[in-house]
Amino acid sequence: MTAPALPRHRSAALAESLVLVGRSVRLSRRDVETLVMAIALPLLMMALFVYVFGGAIETGGAYLTYVVPGIVLLCVGFGAAATAPAVADDMGRGMVDRLRSMPVAAAALVTGHVVASVARNALATGVVVAAAIAMGFRPDAEPLEWAAALGLLLLYVLALSALAAGLGALASSVQSASALTFFMLFLPYLSSAFVPTGTMPAVLRAVAEHQPITPVIETVRGLLTGAPIGSAGWAAVLWCVGLLVVSSGFAAWAYRRRTRR
Amino acid sequence: MLVDVDALVKNYGSRRVLDGVSFAVPAGSVLALLGPNGAGKTTTVRILSTLTRPDGGSARIAGHDVVRSPMAVRGLISLTGQFAAVDERQTGRENLEMIGRLRRLGRVGARRRAAELLDRVDLGAAADRFVETYSGGMRRRLDLAMSLVVPPAVLFLDEPTTGLDPVSRSTMWTAVGELVRDGTTVLLTTQYLEEADRLADRVVLIDGGRVAAEGTPEELKSRLGGERLLLAFPDGPAASAAVRALAADGAACGADALTAVLPSDGGAEHLRRVLDRLHVAGIPVTRVTASRPSLDDVFLALTGAGTQETV
Repeated sequence: MTAPALPRHRSAALAESLVLVGRSVRLSRRDVETLVMAIALPLLMMALFVYVFGGAIETGGAYLTYVVPGIVLLCVGFGAAATAPAVADDMGRGMVDRLRSMPVAAAALVTGHVVASVARNALATGVVVAAAIAMGFRPDAEPLEWAAALGLLLLYVLALSALAAGLGALASSVQSASALTFFMLFLPYLSSAFVPTGTMPAVLRAVAEHQPITPVIETVRGLLTGAPIGSAGWAAVLWCVGLLVVSSGFAAWAYRRRTRR
Repeated sequence: MLVDVDALVKNYGSRRVLDGVSFAVPAGSVLALLGPNGAGKTTTVRILSTLTRPDGGSARIAGHDVVRSPMAVRGLISLTGQFAAVDERQTGRENLEMIGRLRRLGRVGARRRAAELLDRVDLGAAADRFVETYSGGMRRRLDLAMSLVVPPAVLFLDEPTTGLDPVSRSTMWTAVGELVRDGTTVLLTTQYLEEADRLADRVVLIDGGRVAAEGTPEELKSRLGGERLLLAFPDGPAASAAVRALAADGAACGADALTAVLPSDGGAEHLRRVLDRLHVAGIPVTRVTASRPSLDDVFLALTGAGTQETV
């Protein structure tokens, strides 16, 4: 065993990740179409649900107040899913080989994508919440509740982005990477995001109440609008942390698998 | 030896792409891995640059094993690949600055180094354009510049000029020539014999995952003997008659039915004797060419590759 010749400082991986975060943010900024879609789609969905379906949905209060947390979750799910094609695109190009033949931490490239996803989602969420307030959404959250809601959303976005990054590394093309993440866009519909679960058939209700998105939505809704949270809070945190741990492991595994030839 | 390759074996599924490849590159020299497509050149370079794990054998860069100490190896090498490893959605300058910052030059150092290299590879005017607007030759030059941000102890060039037009190729050769003069150790792979002849101190000819021959370009050429005469005839029967008439001189059929080849000492006297004999036998000759063996001939003789594969 040859002694490791170049002493790598402990902060090396962090510094390298930061450089690649900068790269991913730069690429995101230039991919105007994806960015516009990430903001326009949730806005359109919100208008659709509030003005078209909303009148007919009984939630025991203003529908706008009920649906905004769901729209935010849909928005970040959509934004996180964009990580998959971005990673798949990189895997299909020579840049990955360049980075792998350099003294750069293996995790830095994927970390760059995941952190850029968080930045994209922060922007999109900001726009969506601002639009909701313009439409009449009046959250009654205290600063601490805002912080808790944002923290939970951050965990959720990190977990979904890491999952999407792993799927992107596994996918054979940019197109299939997009297709693989469809469930991220679909899952919010099967939750309490847009309608209370009470009217769903029993089987569907069981799925909707026990899938990770429902507790996250209930918690965010409770923190922002004062609806009861109950046990959803702990369930949401546990789901997000668990998902983040599993997704990160999955992403690392997928990246290694893709690059081991 | 700066690069030491010992009996590398690599299988892809049931296909053995490397079957015991060994060679060494002394510091400050240029070695060309020459071979047809699919010979195992790129696989060898990928193993040496820690991108692919070998199934057998070992390789060391400056004493560091590529499998056991990949990070140490990565700090010593740079790879300029067959498919330019550049970021198309960033500008040339951003690409270089990113590499500089990944290699700890700091923001200012990375900026300065990027500007130097852009000038050096003649991309100053295109520095702030997105790489996706670059021509193939410009991408290759940027790729090379990215490999030089921190001067490597060993530079791997995997088919550096494949697919380039003659002008870009010549620019690339000049750039590599300068590096070599500055003392950079280079391992290059190529299918172009002219490239190996021009740039390399030593050539390792690989074919079918094995080393078929190794030596300086001159040594390899001398293996095929000295000069030869190529005779062309107006028709097939004349060519066959000539081969029979000159059988004692070692004449053989040429590459097609209208030609004959025979060894020569390169002198005018031998040429006169050959032509006299054909004249006496009443065999018309349309053309005579004297040829020195090229690396092409070595390549064809040792790999049995068809000319269409060598471009």
